[in-house]
Amino acid sequence: MKKGVAEEGLLISPIRNGTVIDHITGGEALNVLKIIGITGTTTESISVATNVKSGKMENKDVVKIENRELLKDEVNRISLIAPRASINIIRDYKVFEKKGVETPEFLIGIVRCPNPGCISNASEPIQSKFEVLPKGLHCLYCDWLITKDITRHIL
Amino acid sequence: MTHIISIRDLDRAEIDDLMDNARKIQSHHFSESSLKGKILGLLFFEPSTRTRMSFEAAMARLGGSSLTMGSVEASSITKGETLADTIRVVSGYVDAIILRHPKEGAARLASEFASVPVINAGDGAGQHPSQTLLDLYTIRQSMKIDKLNVGLLGDLRYGRTAHSLAHALSLYNATIHTISPKGLELPGTLVDELREGGTEVIDHENIIDVVKDLDVLYVTRIQRERFPDSSSYFKVASSYRITPELLAGVKDSLIVLHPLPRLDEIDPRVDSLPYAKYFEQSNNGIPVRMAMLEKVMK
Repeated sequence: MKKGVAEEGLLISPIRNGTVIDHITGGEALNVLKIIGITGTTTESISVATNVKSGKMENKDVVKIENRELLKDEVNRISLIAPRASINIIRDYKVFEKKGVETPEFLIGIVRCPNPGCISNASEPIQSKFEVLPKGLHCLYCDWLITKDITRHIL
Repeated sequence: MTHIISIRDLDRAEIDDLMDNARKIQSHHFSESSLKGKILGLLFFEPSTRTRMSFEAAMARLGGSSLTMGSVEASSITKGETLADTIRVVSGYVDAIILRHPKEGAARLASEFASVPVINAGDGAGQHPSQTLLDLYTIRQSMKIDKLNVGLLGDLRYGRTAHSLAHALSLYNATIHTISPKGLELPGTLVDELREGGTEVIDHENIIDVVKDLDVLYVTRIQRERFPDSSSYFKVASSYRITPELLAGVKDSLIVLHPLPRLDEIDPRVDSLPYAKYFEQSNNGIPVRMAMLEKVMK
């Protein structure tokens, strides 16, 4: 067994059913969990490895979520902070499906508008709405453009 | 159903169409019963004199009537009602809503909940499309809007009229010259967007450097509260003041515009010069808003 594999095996053991998110940009694993709505109150068993040495990337993070298969919409949100991530759906210890992430056209209720004067930050029955553009996220209410630190604005 | 929320939602053909109709209206080619029986709801969550009165006047001239919300203090807003609910309720009373609100994006929200057309009459530091349309209309009265050199002077950071006008002018191949105090420059994201779209944006330190090349000089108010003390305000404000002396030697065809109200930005002696078009600009609010009301309600 290669040394790296043994080390990784110690960090995160295989799962029987669920999702493995691999090739997450180093240090972004916790943000990935946040963006797909997994917080301390969820019931899934989660394994997280950060800054794992990878042949493909300098450092990568890996997340394993037991007994939950991520939906397409959830997967695509990940592209905002980890565009090179790959998603493996695991059934009975085997990779049932492997897919990349695609950047969604719009983000509804995922990112908070940094503009304190934006109506989406007021007590109104709406969710924030952003258009994903090559230069950043464009608020469809107030036209604010988020160009950096997207994770800071995730709801 | 047509809403008018942001000048960005309109393409050049739609803007030209609105201005063509405004010109016909101004030449008295319109029906005084065009909107007879229609009711306009004016929801102003912030003080306004000119915009509110000119929408009311525009509606009256087309044969319709207006309902005003009254002061915010006397309304259900003080009971904590959401804007979304207010809009849903008022939609049942009127045929179109004019909204001014302190929050940016409020008009966009209103358009999602309204069952009648919404026209944005200013949302915070955001959009004010009727002002932009009347600015463009005033320019078009004097010259063809094509490849113009337009100077934007004053508070370009917070001045929403300058932002919307810059965007609209980019549809007409204008070169934008900006002259603003340090810290009150046109936002970088807007400058990038204009440049990416092929519009030339040139910054100038002094108005004197560029005034002789301009076709249009658009002056905005520098607000006192943006400065730490009165003396620094007066120092800056005096160097951005338009005087007859400054305008000596400019193009004969130059026009000077200002969204009003003005304070010290334009010397009253400029009012009598042929360049001064700001009062005509203000009067143009009526035909332009009449054209907007017809567009959304007819």
